[in-house]
Amino acid sequence: MHQIRFHGRGGQGVVTSAELLSTAAFLDGRHAQAFPMFGSERTGAPIQAFCRVGDAPIRAHEPIVRPDVLIVQDATLLHHVDLFTGLAADGLVLINSPRHAAGLGLADLAADVRTVPASAIATEHLGRSMPGTALLGALAAATSLVSRASLVSAVRMRFTGAVADGNVQAIDDGWTAIEAGAYA
Amino acid sequence: MREQLEGSQAVARTVARCRPEVIAAYPISPQTHIVEALSRLVASGELAPCEFVNVESEFAAMSVAIGATATGARSYTATASQGLLYMAEAVYNASGLGLPIVMTIANRAIGAPINIWNDHSDSMSQRDSGWIQLYAESNQEAVDLHVQAFRLAEELELPVMVCMDGFVLTHAVEPVDLPPQEAIDAFLPPFAPRQFLDPADPVTIGAMVGPEAFMEVRYLMHAKQRLALARIPALAEEFAAAFGRDSGGLVRGYRADDAEIVIVALGSLLGSIEDLVDARREDGERIGALAIRCFRPAPLEQIRGALMGARRVVVVEKAFAAGAGGVVGQDVRLALQGTGVPVHDVIAGLGGRPVTAASLEPVVAQAAAGTLPDLMFLDLRHDVVERELARLPGAAA
Repeated sequence: MHQIRFHGRGGQGVVTSAELLSTAAFLDGRHAQAFPMFGSERTGAPIQAFCRVGDAPIRAHEPIVRPDVLIVQDATLLHHVDLFTGLAADGLVLINSPRHAAGLGLADLAADVRTVPASAIATEHLGRSMPGTALLGALAAATSLVSRASLVSAVRMRFTGAVADGNVQAIDDGWTAIEAGAYA
Repeated sequence: MREQLEGSQAVARTVARCRPEVIAAYPISPQTHIVEALSRLVASGELAPCEFVNVESEFAAMSVAIGATATGARSYTATASQGLLYMAEAVYNASGLGLPIVMTIANRAIGAPINIWNDHSDSMSQRDSGWIQLYAESNQEAVDLHVQAFRLAEELELPVMVCMDGFVLTHAVEPVDLPPQEAIDAFLPPFAPRQFLDPADPVTIGAMVGPEAFMEVRYLMHAKQRLALARIPALAEEFAAAFGRDSGGLVRGYRADDAEIVIVALGSLLGSIEDLVDARREDGERIGALAIRCFRPAPLEQIRGALMGARRVVVVEKAFAAGAGGVVGQDVRLALQGTGVPVHDVIAGLGGRPVTAASLEPVVAQAAAGTLPDLMFLDLRHDVVERELARLPGAAA
């Protein structure tokens, strides 16, 4: 079972990202579960959401304390919140940042750290910084956790019109950012 | 067909398929998504005929449900926490009058201190109200329990609470197979009460009852609860035959038959407990779990039957009686009286503190070693409480 923990700030669509990933994984024929860590869901406050993906039914409803993947929607959290607690040594960290991973001061981390300029991608396609779907596209490119096609379907089930189209383009650009390896 | 759904949406769509005619609700976290979704289904005409009454308080929500049910309309509401306390007077009226209302409790702690997160203090506070209480382990079970709840309530003329962990289940997105409309219609016949308020054929419901008959009314409430002990498993069986799923019933054992240590719990905790049981079984430990799916009526015989072979029983519960100990633990001790099986209460997850398989692992180890106290508070910050206790004027005495 894969365990993905999302970190971000209230208002950035962190919970929606986790739900979209679970829906996409479900559409891929896998078992998936998503839920938020509630409490500080005020705009701008640090928040977490969780997603589990596996090939067997998922029974546990506890928060994820040993993630394989961290998705960091807001890089300003990097040195303020202990994001990396419990992260698997061979885990993956996807960070929304226009900078190269090497420049983020995370050299001590054993995990594979990659960055995606997700805010810029979202601003281009959605007109505001909602970095979730670009990061999910990047996740699809970096792992076999979820297919790009199912991410697109999950977005189209959730949104309509220009918002859906913009998020699909954000998935594609997030995917391309990883494929190109520009920010690894 | 399985869908990936938020628990609240799954419950709302299922309740709608149970064809309630009156829904009265007042929003309170974490229940709000359920009644919001239902209000949209009523507004769009998808759920019809149904009147959605946006009341001014939870007390009014239950009062409207009481009035509506007394006229013969299938009625539904949902609440949590302070909302349930605020409606408590009417909660007792619903059961006293034998009105088969179904209410979802999105379990949440009770203040003070104010806290919006999950525990079972709210529904446990209504333990003795005469309502049947069912607890869901997953969103699939929450959905299935609602279908069974309407049938059970109307057959026995008793109200039913379906309890699901607030946020943990209500806000979790996971696969759910929504029972189809035709199958629900076949399982749940239209509400046909024996007596109801009708101006053309007037009766009184809710007259004052003096000492000459009050005790009999109360006894009948108890007797109906005991009848439910037979109906609940029968309905679960019928549900399984119709829908192909094991949902509901009184209790459910998990690898408990030959278990030396059995962990007892209610609600969504069971998932982590079952994961822990599987992990410890791989190490050769004889450990199992018992889910109490129906808390009221108390299935004492079934609990006794499931636990009397155990060497030690650990009840993990998300509520407690201050000054006494566990609430569920009291029932388990009652069920096991005379067997000599030791019962331990582990109070856990109050106010939303996460309870994980990892946090329960040392509890199981202590139980195996025989060092688990009769009552413990899981992950309690002892330094904090000891510092506060030391400041009490009476502490020096």
